[in-house]
Amino acid sequence: MTFPNPLDFWEASASRQGSDRAVSSAKSSSAKSPVVVEARKLSLVYPTADKPVTALSEVDLTIARGDFVSLIGPSGCGKTTLLRVIADLERPTAGQIAIEGMTPEQARLKRLYGYVFQAPALYPWRTVERNVMLPLEIMGIARAERQARAREQLERVGLSGFERKFPWQLSGGMQQRVSIARALALQPDLLLMDEPFGALDEITRDHLNLHLTQLWRATGKTCVFVTHSIAEAVFLSTRIVVMSPRPGRILDVIDCNSLPRERTLDIRESPEFAAIAHRVREGLKEGHSYDD
Amino acid sequence: MSDSTGDEATNPYRTSLRTAADWGLVAIALPALAALALPVGAQGGAVLGWFGGTMAPLFLIGVVLAVVAGASAPKRVWGAWPELAGVALAWLLPLHLLNEGLDLSAGWGLWLFLVAATLLLWRVMGVLAGVPGWTRSVIVPGLFGLGLLVGWEVLVRGFQVPAILLPPPSRIAAALAANAPVLWDDFRQTVLTSVLRGYVMGCGAGLIVAILADRVPFLARGLLPLGNLASAIPVVGIAPIMVMWFGFDWQSKAAVIVVMTFFPMMINTLAGLGTSERIQLDLMRSYAAGYGRTLVKLRLPNALPFLFNGLKINSTLALIGAIVAEFFGTPVVGMGFRISTEVARMNLDIVWATIAVAALTGSGLYGTLALLERATTAWHPSMRGR
Ligand SMILES: Nc1ncnc2c1ncn2[C@@H]1O[C@H](COP(=O)(O)OP(=O)(O)OP(=O)(O)O)[C@@H](O)[C@H]1O
Ligand SMILES: [Mg+2]
Repeated sequence: MTFPNPLDFWEASASRQGSDRAVSSAKSSSAKSPVVVEARKLSLVYPTADKPVTALSEVDLTIARGDFVSLIGPSGCGKTTLLRVIADLERPTAGQIAIEGMTPEQARLKRLYGYVFQAPALYPWRTVERNVMLPLEIMGIARAERQARAREQLERVGLSGFERKFPWQLSGGMQQRVSIARALALQPDLLLMDEPFGALDEITRDHLNLHLTQLWRATGKTCVFVTHSIAEAVFLSTRIVVMSPRPGRILDVIDCNSLPRERTLDIRESPEFAAIAHRVREGLKEGHSYDD
Repeated sequence: MSDSTGDEATNPYRTSLRTAADWGLVAIALPALAALALPVGAQGGAVLGWFGGTMAPLFLIGVVLAVVAGASAPKRVWGAWPELAGVALAWLLPLHLLNEGLDLSAGWGLWLFLVAATLLLWRVMGVLAGVPGWTRSVIVPGLFGLGLLVGWEVLVRGFQVPAILLPPPSRIAAALAANAPVLWDDFRQTVLTSVLRGYVMGCGAGLIVAILADRVPFLARGLLPLGNLASAIPVVGIAPIMVMWFGFDWQSKAAVIVVMTFFPMMINTLAGLGTSERIQLDLMRSYAAGYGRTLVKLRLPNALPFLFNGLKINSTLALIGAIVAEFFGTPVVGMGFRISTEVARMNLDIVWATIAVAALTGSGLYGTLALLERATTAWHPSMRGR
């Protein structure tokens, strides 16, 4: 497959976006392009033994710098697949995708993103701390700095004091928090998260959601976040992408600009929040009716 | 036996009947009592009973005292130690009687008594095996081995098995001591020279080729069937050929070992390299880690249990290979050479002593590897909590 010249790509997308906030954020970070992820007519077919599975079908998606985009949709609709395509862990079978104006492979080789997998994927022979230090080791960062960053991120996810434990000595939710700390330790501009809080209890989840939204606001990272929870999606996102089940298509892209950029847990009681949540739910229902 | 605090904590299923009387001990005491009515042996053709003028009654009193002490100990684990002393005393009795010149082959009372003592040992081991730490990991297996040796000694001497068929351990130990310089030279030639070099070369080559074959798929496809073929080659077939190729000294032995150990190591390494999960590999890929980094940081650590499996299998294969290969030509030293020449001379004590050295060496190698494995793969599910 061929990737088009990514530079042509931005121009097209920038003009399409018009007065969108992508332009405004472009002003703030003038050196970098306003568009972080640009996918056009993206399709992916898994060649399985019996019949090919179409996981993504003609997906168009533009993610602007500083956006917090949630992907929501029924199980098996291709959310993970889309994230994996962005991360260059999967090659699309048709269509184009550019990350920061580069091919996904170039972006991966430049370590532009941090990926939180659906499962913790910790290495059992490494302690919690050394697991978090793993990406830093590979980047060749000095030992003292590695340790400092690992400690900082573990503290952020509330796991101080567990540095010397092994992953199997932790609960499933704690393991997932370690994997979040590991992705954060990379300090990437683009954070790809596949249901990172799926295994957590409600209270910890609220706590980490709050942390995540504060981190996102403070650092201006671009986040792509997969979730099954409508409330979580609305609470965190600037935009919500509703996907339909097989073949995975984008049904609706919902803007959450009616909510303030600074989020606290009580915005969940506001009518704006309820309105957006309603629209997401309607979108999901629509997707299901296609299936029957 | 008194069952107090410590015991209830470990065994919540005890019934009240079990607590009231120690039926296990009663079951052991019954054959012991019956044994008292039977003879302990014969001297000069005359059958001797328990109280026929030997020291047997003293041993008997000692054992009874030990068992009573054990039964009245406040904790079952503490009681195990006096009981163990009782077992030891019981098994010392036949050795004492043998030294007195008694013929034990007709002493059915003694043998029945020893059966009871063995049952008591079973009980003691059951208790000790539940104690974590050194007791469970060192003392219990040690006692087990010692028990086998003592049983061997007593049975062989008691029933007067000809030494040419099976010598008692004491005689093997004596031969070991008497021939120590010769055996040490053999050990140095066979183990320290041939086995170690061949083992390192064979395992090293297996590891490196497996890593290559993992990278180059056609190598794996070509080599794996060859591995099955090679494992079917008998040592006695290749050993003479290797001696022709590489001469009498250690080189030919090392060559035999390389042939024997290469494929097990390669196959295990290949299997181990394949155990990394997709998500773990994806993680490395997302960090833009190349082939080498992924190998060192992920795939080799993941393969460690398999590597140790190969190394452990090979440690015994290497020893067998070297000893058998020495049958086909060697400088006049080496464990295989010693066995083949001393068998021909009917010098079976030295043969047994060499076998003992080989057995100890094999267990030593295996044990060292097992310890190393435990130290490096404590994270693996099969090793956790040990
Ligand atoms: N490696 C693969 N080979 C074949 N089919 C696959 C593969 N990975 C995913 N699929 C299929 O692609 C579809 C989309 O899978 P994907 O993992 O992206 O779903 P998802 O939206 O992340 O679901 P969930 O919410 O359950 O995680 C599914 O139907 C799945 O069966
Ligand atoms: Mg998924």
